Amino acid sequence: MTTATQVARSIDARGMPCPGPLMSLIGAIRQGVVGDVIEVLSSDEGSKTDIPAWLKKSGHELVEVTEEDGFARFVVRKVR
Amino acid sequence: MEPDNTVSLVLFSGTDDKLQAAAVLTVGAAVMGRKVNVFLQYWALDALRADRVMKDHGVSPEAGEDGFRAMHDQGKTHWSELFRQSKDLGEVRLFACADSMEMFHITKDDLDPLVDGVWGVASFFAEADGPVTFI
Repeated sequence: MTTATQVARSIDARGMPCPGPLMSLIGAIRQGVVGDVIEVLSSDEGSKTDIPAWLKKSGHELVEVTEEDGFARFVVRKVR
Repeated sequence: MEPDNTVSLVLFSGTDDKLQAAAVLTVGAAVMGRKVNVFLQYWALDALRADRVMKDHGVSPEAGEDGFRAMHDQGKTHWSELFRQSKDLGEVRLFACADSMEMFHITKDDLDPLVDGVWGVASFFAEADGPVTFI
């Protein structure tokens, strides 16, 4: 768990094929407000490169990535 | 995000696997800020008729039985929905090839609303400022 940040929304995208988890994250970012912290759980290998690439392009912050058992957990902050 | 260089896709094949792959490329390009123009010819255009979009369009011959099953078992988002999402998220336009329209004797009204209009091939190239991908 992140201690410094409160997760506003958690998306369990495990089992979703590429680009599902990224699309779910984009949807949540669009619906959220600036400062929101969003967590995405993804078992899709593509997410490991796609989510950081999209965040870099779109200017949102990747707070943390952790490898769990069979999936990755991305913590993201909506910046703008 | 300002769109940078345009992605130009020509879709010819109308099987679900190729349309799926094309829709994934489109959505990826759109979310990364690329403008996408999709030109629909022959069987891809046929698959985008309003009354046919959700039908089973089969898969490419190389898929075989196992490939067909693998594709359907994964619970993929339908390619038409991916195109819809890509239009919502970025600057994506789909155009019907005027020649293919004539071949099928159809008009814009026969097509799914995903299709923005009808283009001659020169119009497509007028907007294609980089490589063209043919699927």
